[in-house]
Amino acid sequence: MLGLNKRDTSFLIIVILLTMFTPFLMQPFSEGSAMAQFNGGYPDLMAKVAIFGIFAMGFNILFGLTGYLSFGHAAFLGVGSYSAVWMFKLLTLNVFPAIILSVIVAGLFSLLIGYISLRRSGIYFSILTLAMAEMSYRLAYSVFTPLTNGETGLQLRPGDPRILDAADASRYPNLFGLELSTSYKLEVLNHVFTFNVGFYFCAVIAIIAFYLTLRIFRSPFGMMLRAVKSNQNRMSFTGLNPRPYTLAAFVISGMYAGLAGGLLAVMDPLAGAERMQWTVGGEVVIMTILGGAGTLLGPVLGAGAIKYLENIFSKINETVLHSWFSFMPDGMEDVVVSFFAFFTGKGWALTLGLMFMLVVTFLPGGLVEGGQRIWNKIRRKKPDTPNNNPAE
Amino acid sequence: MSILEVENIGKRFGGLKALDNVNLSIKEGTVHALIGPNGAGKSTLLNVLVGKLVPDTGSVMFDGQSVLGRAPHEINQMGISRVFQTPEIFGDLSVMENMMIPCFAKRDGSFRMHALERMMDEKQIVASAEEMLVEMNMIDKREMHAAAMSRGDKRRLEIGMCLAQQPRLLLLDEPTAGMARADTNNTIDLLRQISEERDITIVIIEHDMHVVFSLAQRITVLAQGTPLVEDTPDNIKGHPKVREAYLGETAV
Repeated sequence: MLGLNKRDTSFLIIVILLTMFTPFLMQPFSEGSAMAQFNGGYPDLMAKVAIFGIFAMGFNILFGLTGYLSFGHAAFLGVGSYSAVWMFKLLTLNVFPAIILSVIVAGLFSLLIGYISLRRSGIYFSILTLAMAEMSYRLAYSVFTPLTNGETGLQLRPGDPRILDAADASRYPNLFGLELSTSYKLEVLNHVFTFNVGFYFCAVIAIIAFYLTLRIFRSPFGMMLRAVKSNQNRMSFTGLNPRPYTLAAFVISGMYAGLAGGLLAVMDPLAGAERMQWTVGGEVVIMTILGGAGTLLGPVLGAGAIKYLENIFSKINETVLHSWFSFMPDGMEDVVVSFFAFFTGKGWALTLGLMFMLVVTFLPGGLVEGGQRIWNKIRRKKPDTPNNNPAE
Repeated sequence: MSILEVENIGKRFGGLKALDNVNLSIKEGTVHALIGPNGAGKSTLLNVLVGKLVPDTGSVMFDGQSVLGRAPHEINQMGISRVFQTPEIFGDLSVMENMMIPCFAKRDGSFRMHALERMMDEKQIVASAEEMLVEMNMIDKREMHAAAMSRGDKRRLEIGMCLAQQPRLLLLDEPTAGMARADTNNTIDLLRQISEERDITIVIIEHDMHVVFSLAQRITVLAQGTPLVEDTPDNIKGHPKVREAYLGETAV
């Protein structure tokens, strides 16, 4: 089906089901219970997981397949956001023109940066992309203020021209009239499930992006990209020029990043320069490696894990911890709370860091490898060491 | 008719003259061996031929066209393939994928964006890759990780990958280095079969005289970056200058 073999088709169907049922899956605890704060099923977080999933998926096409480690993909995310907001301001609040422009502009921008950066490989390539992204960030912050509105960030204003739908007084992006912030709530057995138009829009785009990634991974082009990673020397002595292949991969991943940036603007029509900061580019690297670089599902899992930690762990402040450990004697409670406070609340990044270190040390293949090991244990099979099918 | 003309090639690395005024003419359809002691410039010469190094002086003509100044992949597309001293294959890919890549390169040239095409539709590529694997006697290893194979198998795969492109000139850099005797003999048989059955010119660098004398029709002896003698194997064996420079007093 859809140009996939049987195994990939069932894989795709599983991913579609998982995505569609995310509002249930991320809301496992009943309302009002002590665990309710671990529920992640609210629209903003779910949409972020889908969006950063797209970002990481695209990044994985470059890093996972060709092995070129870029620290500069935040620049394309930011450019995508700016383009989308401009489209909202100038043309219409409909989301499609916005994300189409995001992808095109990010593609052109990544063509330029890729053309320059790909003259080098290895660490020099990484540093070049980092420098380019930092430069873009600085420019967006200062010189390009007329385009980016500098520090304040680009946002929608009542006076925007909006050629196609100026009559519409709405301030939120819509899908042919259906506002993306619209939500439907479902209450079952003390659980509250939220179905948000914005999330489902992002989810459908994410599924399409995933399908394209799957096709690229299985195509001759995907094989060439893996050949680039494996042995560039043999590649050029086999009559193939590695440069256009890496550039194509770079541009494709830049377009994915632009799409993600556009979707961020769709969910919240505001674009700031901080989206281009190198920390954002570093985050997508961590997502990809945490989930499993070079695997299909890994980057999405990594994005999910990180966004969940960021949003849920950061909410567990000292007050919450005190309520958890209130059964302890006073002195002990303070000690325990101040210990856990390192890892929660503002210290969530420390938890992420520890998790990252553990994964890189013990599971070089990321969360996906962890899942595979558990699966093999269940089936009482010895883990096969050289993984013949790294693309899952 | 000569397929490769090397004229007055010179290459310096700092104060070292790696190649000094090298002239060489390779006849089409022959097996031509380059021998010489370590540091004679054999590998440097090969690197010049495939575009890895740019010489300071001289010219290299392949089939009437100049090779110099072209990138390695362009030279390869002209019809020159090279087997390296340590097998250069795609270690992370399966044996079948390794063989498919040169088939794609042969058909599509140096770049083609086939991101949404499906592997299963490339029947022609799959068929020719399988055919070559059968010929190399490794079809049973098609799903194997290429890096997990023995050195002899890697070498055979690499030779097969070069042949899949149907080159006109095949350059081999010590194809039997570090191989067991049995593997060496297999390689000799394979190379002899290639040169007899296909329309391919072979240039081979080799230290193992057993290999050289069982394959080569012409031999060039290099010493200190210059060709010393070029002749048939029988004449080379008895040549006093060669004995002195390379074989020492103990002849083969």
